[in-house]
Amino acid sequence: MSDYVIEMLHITKEFPGIKANDDITLQLKKGEIHALLGENGAGKSTLMSVLFGMYKPEKGRILKNGQEVKINDPNDANALGIGMVHQHFKLVEVFSVLDNIILGAEDTRGGFLLKKEARRKVMELSERYGLRVDPDAKIEDISVGMQQRVEILKMLYRDNEILILDEPTAVLTPQEIDELMEIMRSFAREGKSILFITHKLNEIMAVADRCTVLRKGKLMGTVEIQNTTKEELSRMMVGRDVNFVVEKKQQKPGDVVLSVRNFSVKSRVHKNDAVKNVSLDVRAGEIVCLAGIEGNGQTEFISALTGLEKARSGHVTLCGKDISKASIRQRSIAGMSHVPEDRHKHGLVLDYTLAENMVLQKYWQQPFQKHGFIQFGEVRRYAERLIEQYDVRSGQGADTIVRSMSGGNQQKAIVGREIDTDSPLLVAVQPTRGLDVGAIEYIHRQIVGQRDAGKAVLLVSLELDEVMNVSDRILVMYEGEIVGQFDPHEITVQELGLYMSGAKRQEVLL
Amino acid sequence: MNKRGLVNVAASIISILLGMLFGFILLEIFNPSAALNGLNNILTTGLRTPEKFGKVLYTAAPLLMTGLSVGFAFKTGLFNIGASGQYTVGAFFALVAGIQFGLPWYVCILAAMVGGAIWGAIPGLFKAFFNVNEVITAIMFNWIGLFGVNLALNNMPKMLASFWGAPYKNKTAAISAANKSALLPKLGLDEVLNSPYINIGIFIAILFAIITWVVLNRTTFGYELKACGYNRNASQYAGINAKKNIVLSMVIAGALSGVGGALYYLSGTAQYVIEKTLLGMGFNGIPVALLASSNPLGTIFSAMFISYIQVGGDALQPQFAKEIIDIIIAVIIYLSAFSLLIREIITRVGAKKHALQENGKGADAK
Repeated sequence: MSDYVIEMLHITKEFPGIKANDDITLQLKKGEIHALLGENGAGKSTLMSVLFGMYKPEKGRILKNGQEVKINDPNDANALGIGMVHQHFKLVEVFSVLDNIILGAEDTRGGFLLKKEARRKVMELSERYGLRVDPDAKIEDISVGMQQRVEILKMLYRDNEILILDEPTAVLTPQEIDELMEIMRSFAREGKSILFITHKLNEIMAVADRCTVLRKGKLMGTVEIQNTTKEELSRMMVGRDVNFVVEKKQQKPGDVVLSVRNFSVKSRVHKNDAVKNVSLDVRAGEIVCLAGIEGNGQTEFISALTGLEKARSGHVTLCGKDISKASIRQRSIAGMSHVPEDRHKHGLVLDYTLAENMVLQKYWQQPFQKHGFIQFGEVRRYAERLIEQYDVRSGQGADTIVRSMSGGNQQKAIVGREIDTDSPLLVAVQPTRGLDVGAIEYIHRQIVGQRDAGKAVLLVSLELDEVMNVSDRILVMYEGEIVGQFDPHEITVQELGLYMSGAKRQEVLL
Repeated sequence: MNKRGLVNVAASIISILLGMLFGFILLEIFNPSAALNGLNNILTTGLRTPEKFGKVLYTAAPLLMTGLSVGFAFKTGLFNIGASGQYTVGAFFALVAGIQFGLPWYVCILAAMVGGAIWGAIPGLFKAFFNVNEVITAIMFNWIGLFGVNLALNNMPKMLASFWGAPYKNKTAAISAANKSALLPKLGLDEVLNSPYINIGIFIAILFAIITWVVLNRTTFGYELKACGYNRNASQYAGINAKKNIVLSMVIAGALSGVGGALYYLSGTAQYVIEKTLLGMGFNGIPVALLASSNPLGTIFSAMFISYIQVGGDALQPQFAKEIIDIIIAVIIYLSAFSLLIREIITRVGAKKHALQENGKGADAK
């Protein structure tokens, strides 16, 4: 009997033009939490897809308990007790939680579903691991964190022993992340093995036993977490030292650029306001961070501020001009750049080329437009400059269809595009969500660069590290209200957490 | 041509061949002894005589217009299944301008554009302002258009053939009898090709195809329309007025279909018949657009092809019944629209081959 439940030996997987996995060996012990670390495009997802039977490797073997196995499709993987939660959940939105869990593994008698027994088993699992779900709720009505629990329950329902979690924390709030880690530990105690794909070093340090690091498709090594540090891991991953502390010098804020007064926005889900009577100022040369747990009105606030939806009441002034009723285009002309929360939904036209996306707000301006015709030569020249300047990497440069680019590079393209407009105000919503440390470092530098150049920056972030490191002033939003204003040097993360969860509040004076 | 374009063309050709093969199998089933000759007819009739070729061009013109209409809407993310209704209303406007008011052909075409545009605008407005699916509205407007036109014609005695001395009341007047200036000019082509069908309609349609291509691919307006089609949220984020563009897109699509109606009925060889069935020309625009991957220039060729097959199909009589011919043509057209699937397969096979080659190179290097 081998020490390892799963061994992937010398796996090589190639795609046209690149070796996504080059001679990679990964061994998973029974009952361990094993992290798989690497930048975007390092080959983590490919490796897991090989294990899950979605890709066939050119070379290499897979062993289960020392026996060689062939995994041709996800059903084979499932039969071997391997389950996976994908980064983008694979759930049927209009089905109930219970239906989603049993989907594909339904017990039937005479062609009829045995839902009662399924329900009992799901509830039992849910209780045993503290994975509270409402089995009758529809997926489209529950939060992302809840959906993830459903995905985990799906694996448990199938009696999977080897659980693969692909970037499980990318969509979670700090509280949900803590809960997830506790759940992962309880799995490990029960002898289940967990493969945890991530690029967040803090989480690895907190929860993993061992960590395998990939860089550009190559194996950098497997280390015991006890014997390593965050710095060492990041060096292995990126290949150079990464600066976790955002460098910025003290700077005195200038004139008020953005001023919001008594702003209220209706909720999309309930009858009350999602944003209640919010007032705030952002000055030239300062980064104001709107912190808070997801779903406390930040999204609605930004939507109304940028013109994507209407505010119920209140006033917005940008550079002394009232833009309360202005259209999106008028706001953009008045000097507002916007890095949107959802880069696929709002930020990019995925089926357009990179060049076409780079002029998404400018295509109608000189010199990109003449007599109603787009000047493609100018567009391309401009795009190529941005690509060069903001280090956007892609297969075919300006002609690349954006859909085929990695998330990090898509985001760099958006950030580059928005910064390059040279607007007095930059609104950036979770600009680093789902990115690796290298890209995060880069985007933070760009944002701080804007501030140093005298621009006003309004940053919305759920990541406490980002809030503490990047901002000059923190505003905490809770249930649609601003409940605290802080200098990041004078408050601790714990204290901030109390305000974010509504346990404390102060009267905020402008 | 870039690689993507090449794959598109290859996919269309392969699916056409598949359609032919399937059509041949059907011919074999229905009448084995005449099958080979039948296939020969389908494939060669259109080029056999100048007269038949003239007919191919003549039916291609309206098909090209409805194909452009459907393809244009597709590019904007809308499914214009209402081409039939827009075509009918366009034809009606053109005929009224020509017969009732005695206006010349170019004014008739403008009138048809207006009629089609109105019929396209309504589903567009519903979609933009009430988020009603354009497919539902457009289907209903196909019927409303058809019966509305029939009702109107029944109450406009001057429009009907009987007013101009013909014996029947269920058709519009022959334009040659009512107003010769409304006939599309033939520029002597009828004598060159020895065909009563040919006129400048096909050139007008090709001109529209080129204009449509330029608008979609070269103008800011086309950039906005396509952005809306690909991602409505992102176009909104970019400050594009999505509602305006949805309406405009349907207006233009409707106008294109309307011109199709004008080109068909202003030729002088067809009279509008008051019937209770939707006109197939509008629906045939869908495979025309699909076969061309909605590319306006590709639409020129796909419209010609489908028209060619139809002319060939007519030559199958009397060995095959009219209905069977319709089935066979439908099958060919249907399979031809599989180009999307075929394209996917070509890309996948291509990727595999490419990977193998790369591997080979890698091994050599070592």
